[in-house]
Amino acid sequence: MPIKRPYLVEILTALALVLAPFVLPYLGFSPSTINRILIWGLFGLGFDILFGYTGLLSFGQSAFYGTGGMFAAYLLTEAGFPYVLLAIVLGAVVAGVVGYFIGLIALRRTGIYFAMITVAIAEVFFFVEFNPLSAFTGGENGLPGVPTPVINLGFTVLKFDTDWTMYTFLAFWYFVGIVIALRIVRSPVGAILSAIRDNPLRATALGHNIHGYKLTAFVVAAIYAGFAGGLLATMQGFMPPDAFMFDTSGQVVMQTAIGGAGTLFGPLIGAAVWLYLSDFFQNVLHLGPTWKLVLGIVFVLLVVFLRRGIVGAIIDLYRMTKGDKQGTEPATAAAATAFDPAAVEAMPARRRGGEAPASGPILRATGLTKRYGGLAANSDIDFSVDHGEMRGIIGPNGAGKSTFFKMLTCEVAPTSGTIMFEGRDITGMSVTDVCQLGLTKSYQINQLFDRLTVRQNLTIAALGETRGRFKLDLLRSIHSVPGLGEQVERTAALVNLTARLDTAVSELAYGEKRRLEIGLALATSPSLLLLDEPLAGMSPRERVETVALLKSIARGRTLIIIDHDMDALFELVGKVTVLQEGRVLVEGTPAEIKADAKVQEAYLGGVHGEVA
Amino acid sequence: MINWANFISQCFNGLVTGALLALISSGLTIIYGTLGVLNLAHGAMFMLGGYAGWVTYTYTGSFLAAVVAGSLFVMVVGVLMERLVIRHFYTRPHEDQLLVTFGLGIVFVEVVRYYFGSLSQTVPPPGPLLGITNLGFMIYPTYRLALLGIIAVALLVLYFVLYRTRIGMIVRAGIEDSVMVDSLGIDVYKVFMLVFGIGAMAAGFAGIVNAPVVSIAPDVGEAILVQTFVVVVIGGVGSFPGAVIGGLIAGEIISITTMFNPAYSQIMLFVAMTLVLVLRPHGLLGQAGRE
Repeated sequence: MPIKRPYLVEILTALALVLAPFVLPYLGFSPSTINRILIWGLFGLGFDILFGYTGLLSFGQSAFYGTGGMFAAYLLTEAGFPYVLLAIVLGAVVAGVVGYFIGLIALRRTGIYFAMITVAIAEVFFFVEFNPLSAFTGGENGLPGVPTPVINLGFTVLKFDTDWTMYTFLAFWYFVGIVIALRIVRSPVGAILSAIRDNPLRATALGHNIHGYKLTAFVVAAIYAGFAGGLLATMQGFMPPDAFMFDTSGQVVMQTAIGGAGTLFGPLIGAAVWLYLSDFFQNVLHLGPTWKLVLGIVFVLLVVFLRRGIVGAIIDLYRMTKGDKQGTEPATAAAATAFDPAAVEAMPARRRGGEAPASGPILRATGLTKRYGGLAANSDIDFSVDHGEMRGIIGPNGAGKSTFFKMLTCEVAPTSGTIMFEGRDITGMSVTDVCQLGLTKSYQINQLFDRLTVRQNLTIAALGETRGRFKLDLLRSIHSVPGLGEQVERTAALVNLTARLDTAVSELAYGEKRRLEIGLALATSPSLLLLDEPLAGMSPRERVETVALLKSIARGRTLIIIDHDMDALFELVGKVTVLQEGRVLVEGTPAEIKADAKVQEAYLGGVHGEVA
Repeated sequence: MINWANFISQCFNGLVTGALLALISSGLTIIYGTLGVLNLAHGAMFMLGGYAGWVTYTYTGSFLAAVVAGSLFVMVVGVLMERLVIRHFYTRPHEDQLLVTFGLGIVFVEVVRYYFGSLSQTVPPPGPLLGITNLGFMIYPTYRLALLGIIAVALLVLYFVLYRTRIGMIVRAGIEDSVMVDSLGIDVYKVFMLVFGIGAMAAGFAGIVNAPVVSIAPDVGEAILVQTFVVVVIGGVGSFPGAVIGGLIAGEIISITTMFNPAYSQIMLFVAMTLVLVLRPHGLLGQAGRE
């Protein structure tokens, strides 16, 4: 991560923008092509935040590009509004507002549904522009006569009425656009957006209101699109109606994919390749309309063979030649030295909502029942856990343990019954809100952010605690969030992943992933932590380490642990609840449970003997 | 004042459009349901069917031959597309699948434009179905009446194949859980290839039988694709009955709005989609969790 040289990317971009007019014409780029590349690149910046970073593939960006451009063009022509720059900004604002309302509808679904809905919405904008609003938009003629910007600085007047002066205007705004985009992706919001892309379920469970963040990304993309639309109008002196066409949406998608999604510079590079080739095919090779066929084939081949686009491929190549050895060596060193979590400073649970009484029940479930059709997964469970307790839950497969946990964390709503957490009724609340209150879970099957590093994973979890469920600190550097770095380091130390902080999750060993899974839950500073089979799939040695880890975690918080490893569990917990066929069979100390005839029968089918 | 004769004839138009959309959408939806791939080239399949039929017609002069050739050609294109490209995308993210089918759609459209130009082409209806029919309460073009029957038969055949044959049972099982089907010893890839072919053929068949009503051009698939999306969102993804009901609803909305003001027909379609999304986010006949 470029923390050491904070403004390197910005400085290089500025240099490139200054040098471009001196270099690109020799490569066969005409000034107007270069200007169009900048506009598409700016348009694509917002789209890349939406698609590359948040994982939402919209095929409807033309709606906002067109809306912003049309609004600005209407102000500047029909309405006689004199300030070009202000008109463009207003166009972007209108596009953002429209994006907010469209986002409310489109974001009701994800994945392919989202793609289909955005296509349909963009098509409607096209029809609206052509028919009901043609009095304002010029229908199929568009709006001609859009003036070029003139800026009066007092001592001098800047006019942008030639190709190269227009270039300086566009390059300036592209630079502003990339600086803002870089700040967004490096902000806490940016981190959460990548979390949503990788694993929306876990992002929700870590206390982030992901719908709000998705809507934010959607609006940001709409604002960028609207601003680019306005720039298009002033550059061409004309707002073309085909800005609203499906082709426009398709083009920004293809350019971004060609250049590389999730890189910010991908769309600019993609636009350069796209427009250069289209000029080249038409003007040099005289292919006529066939140019689009050739570009289509190029695009398909790129999607098939170059998954991360041109910029992505360059980054991969750079990493390969540089050799990514730093990550692996210290890890083996760490494994050699014995790990002792007790030596690591414990992480106290955060006190939420003032001084809660630290005695009495922290969680109480009454009459908890969950039915799936005719099948009762849990029926009429009464369950209570005291502050500071460590409770074990055991039961044969299919006893309803995981369903019970899902209800406690509000992932699944109970059919009937109530759940009280720290004296508050949380029945029917969302998993996000419950996490914010200090109750979370580590999953039986790892739910991690696979494409991100360990540090990023823990950061995302810790952000839920430090920022609440939704906060719009789009332009704040993630490094300036107070206490975040310490929280991440401390959690990493506790789960023995300090040496692996900058390793991608996809490169971790299974045992490390398991520890990170616990680390994610822990980084939210829960006062009540549920662990669903934390020892599953671990080697004997890892089990010993993890048991020590759990003991260390338990200082200052309440734990409920499901596991099948009874030796480990009985060593850890003070009290065990046995579930069978969705009901509480018996509850007691490990010694009582071991001696209980009903438990022996449940596990061993009536063979009397000590439970292993 | 509403002109009732006009109203009834528009309702019939809506039925024809709706049946057509139902057929195309069911192709899209069974592909998505079974393979988990949203084929953005589905509109291009519709267009290819029209062109393959038109080429056959200009050589043979037989409408029947055109329909057969158009459908079979698109089926072959679908099978090849699955075998050569889509198969390598099952393990890649949904977004990559969308990108590659989108790109293939463009390639198909531009290939057709390269060979046949951008001008629209027409295929006349077969001789016996020329002219108009007096239904007593209104007069209506004979071919459109016949078209309604043709598509109804096609939908019934598709229904029969899906719900009454062994292969259909495997396909429906694949929609529920393709991993399970695979582990039962059925070569799920063969099924995928077949489903992609059948789904594409549904669009291709629609493309050629609709050619006598609306002339064909390289871009004709794009608008159809968008309407198909609306149908699938309304009906619920992966649901064959949902596609049929969604198609008919969409067809009637388009036709009846057109009677008052053609400009608003697409907008009303969108309003309907929004209503469904707000009231029943998974579509009229869709199931939660199948996404």
